[in-house]
Parts: sequence; C-alpha cells; structure tokens
Amino acid sequence: MFNRRRFLDALLSVGFVSTAAAMAYPVARFLVPPVSGEPPVDSAVAGRAGMLRPNSAAIFKFGTTPGIVVRTAEGDLRAFSAVCTHLDCTVQFRADTSELWCACHNGMYDLGGNVVSGPPPRGLQKFTVNLRGEGDDAEIVVSRT
Amino acid sequence: MKVIDWVDERLDLSGVRHFVAHKGVPLHAQKVWYYLGGMTLFLFGVQVFTGILLLLYYRPSAAEAYESVQFIVTEVQFGWLIRNLHSWSANLLIGLAFAHFFSVFFLKSYRKPRELTWVSGMLLLFLMLAFGFSGYLLPWNELAFFATKVGTGIAGAVPVVGTFTLRLLRGGDDVSGATLSRFYGLHVAVLPAITTALVAVHLLFVQRQGMSVPIGVERKLKPGEPLPQMPFFPNYVLRDVLAWYVVIAVLAALAAFYPWELGTKADPFAPVPAGIRPEWYFLATFHTLKLVPSHVLGIEGEHLGVVAFGVVAIVLVLVPFLDRRASRGQPSPLFTWLAALGLLYLVSFTIIGHYAK
Repeated sequence: MFNRRRFLDALLSVGFVSTAAAMAYPVARFLVPPVSGEPPVDSAVAGRAGMLRPNSAAIFKFGTTPGIVVRTAEGDLRAFSAVCTHLDCTVQFRADTSELWCACHNGMYDLGGNVVSGPPPRGLQKFTVNLRGEGDDAEIVVSRT
Repeated sequence: MKVIDWVDERLDLSGVRHFVAHKGVPLHAQKVWYYLGGMTLFLFGVQVFTGILLLLYYRPSAAEAYESVQFIVTEVQFGWLIRNLHSWSANLLIGLAFAHFFSVFFLKSYRKPRELTWVSGMLLLFLMLAFGFSGYLLPWNELAFFATKVGTGIAGAVPVVGTFTLRLLRGGDDVSGATLSRFYGLHVAVLPAITTALVAVHLLFVQRQGMSVPIGVERKLKPGEPLPQMPFFPNYVLRDVLAWYVVIAVLAALAAFYPWELGTKADPFAPVPAGIRPEWYFLATFHTLKLVPSHVLGIEGEHLGVVAFGVVAIVLVLVPFLDRRASRGQPSPLFTWLAALGLLYLVSFTIIGHYAK
C-alpha cells in the first residue's frame, strides 16, 4: 500500500541514489583517458634510402606507433606497421629467414605482411613507400595506403 | 598499574582475552598446511614495508622511473637490499599464495561453512597477480614495457568491453608514460587499500570459524570424540613465528645473493627482444596463448583464450558451491582430480613456457 512512510523512504532512496550517481559519473568519466590531441599521421619519413642494405630493415616512428621498413634481398622497399596484430608487440626483421617475426608469441609474417605461422589473426597493416630525391640520399616516405 | 590494566579499565578487553585463551588449533597429520596462509600474510607485511621505503626515492614518470630505480640500487645506502627484498618477496608471496590455494583446494577446506573464506582468498590471489603485473612495469625497463603491452593487449581481447578496458588500463591507445602513472596509482594506492580490507575480512572469517579439519580426519572421529588441539596462544603463535623466520632466511639469502636485474630502459620504438617472457607466474598463461591457433572455428584465437581464462577464474571462485559432496562432508575425488589436473597444467606449462623458444 502507498502510505506516507513508504513515500518518504522512496524519496530518501532516490536522494541517495542520485547523490551516488552524481559522484560516480564524473569519476567514471575522469578514468577514461582523453582522446590523443595529436592528429592521426598519414605519412612519415622512415629514413634515407642508403641506410638499408638488401635483406635488412629498420624501425621508424609512424605517429605514435612503430613502423618497419624492409629492403628485400631483391632491393624492393616495403613498409608495414610494426605492431603485431596478435597482442601489440613490436615485430622485427629476421635476416636468416627474410621474414618479419614477433618475439612475444612467435608470430611470423612474410614480406607481403601476410601471416605465415603463429597466433596473429591478421596480416600486418601495409604502407605505401615512395622515394623523395635521388640515390642514397633519397628520403623513404611511407604513407597510409 | 600496568598499561594493559589501564586500557582494560577503559575498553573492556575481556572479549579479546577470552577469545585468545580459548582459541585452539586442531592437531592431525595435515596440520603443516596451516602455516602457508600465515607465511603469505607475513610476506604481504614485508611488501608493504619495503614498498613504502621504495616510495621515498621512486619517481613515477617515463623520463625518470628507470633512472630513479637505478639510483636506488646504486646510490642509496642499502637501496639494493630494499629493492631486492621487494622483488623477491613479491615472487615468494605469489608462490606461497599459490601453495596456500592448492593446499586448501586439496584438503577441501572451502566446504561449508567456509565458502566465503575461499571466495575472499581467491579475490586476494587475483589481487596479488594484479600487484605483480602493475609493479613489474614500474622500473620502466624493456621487458616490463612489452610485458605490459601484451598484458593490456590480452585485456583488449576481451569481447565487447575490450577496447574500452585497454584504453582504461593504458591511459590511452598505447603503453606510455600515462600507463606508468596509472599502474603506479594502482600499485601503491588502489590495490593496497582493497587488499588490506580484504585481508582483514579473510582473517576475520578464519578467526571466527577456526581452522578447517580435513574430511578424512573428520570422518575417522567417533561421534562425540574431540580432536586433539593445541592452544593458539602462545604455542601455535610461536610456531607461526618460527615459520616466518624460515621465510626471512630464504628471502634474505635470495636478496643478498641473487640481485634482481634492472635490464635496459624501455624504448617504445625498439623491436621486442628475442626470448622475451613474462614473470614465472604468468608463464603458463603466456605459453597457452602461444599455442592457441589464430582462428578456432571462426573465432579469433586470442578472444577464445581470454574468454577461457575468464571462465576458469569464475569457476575457481565458485568451487565451494559446485562441490556438493564436500559440502555434505563426503569425500569428493572429482575435485581432488580437478585440483591435481590444474596443478599439473600450471607446473608443466610453466616449465615448458620457460624453455620453449
């Protein structure tokens, strides 16, 4: 039955719940980190063409994440995100097998960025490589495809 | 007038005195397992004490964390000792907590009426792992950096809430100085507060209900026959102290002769060093994740692994409610086998994970 006591109890409960909610909401929002103020990067300079011998690779900064630029044994330049698709570790180039390897859980990618073996669910993100300038001094410009 | 009488006159300590005088510890062949909880608690005390000391010199920022730990172990007098004690004690603590967990599991001490003691103990075990995980990052070295990437990445693989949890843990999209700040706050304030409260509850339950007697021992007693007991104070307390001395001896020897490595400073743009592996208590999980294929029945392997670990954790918390036979005081071989299987999995995968390439 609806009576004065129950009405007052309900009113009091609403008051307490509102107080708790009014406190919890800003705390919850405070805990969620703000979206980075840096604009997403579409291209980056990975280095100079002369720094990479055939069958070698280098890590470069692509915005806030690492990228990897590889010169294949045939001399082609290729670039990928160096972030392993499994659990975010940074991959490295293996000169002995000419593959990209993640040391965390033994994930292996070929030089097309495709998964060869191990737990990664997808291939590495591919970037487009362009050279700006001539010869060994040319800048390796890597951009999102 | 003695101080104790002065206090007694004002606060009436008769309840405490009566409790201490009458508390007994049952004597039987398996009583040795009773010491593990106390030893774990002692190490928690060591952690709080050495942790507070480290706080006086440690600086929680990506630019200074590594250097401040280096300063502690090289410049501060006995800094090496305090840091080694903290690191070794953390590892011994987790080892002993696992031993305590398995001893309680095998002896079925979780059965009615001690279900809640078990639940609080399981939560404490998870908190210890969270302590280990968050503390591991604080020196900001290479191994810790990538261990945190993977660990938070695992949290990110949880279906539905993964991305949100990952950003919440990392304080952004990547592991960075923001992650270090969060882990620091978690490690020195949030976790200690929750753990202290939960330890108090756990101990209160244990004191209120007394020690559990194994089913086998209980069933051999004739009706009405009392189990031999030892007075808790001072007889058992002194034995507890003896066990703590053993812990101190082992801990001091490890801290003095096997210094904890600091490694090289974390570099977010360096590839993962070959042969990277987490702390030993995460090795079994780590190796399992390595073995799960990229896709199982159309589901991504990492999602499957993470969900499986979550389910196992929940089932473990619920063990006292699932083991109906033990709760009726009957032998329950099924759960003994499950515990043995769990132990075998943990030990074998930890060893394989350590040696696997």
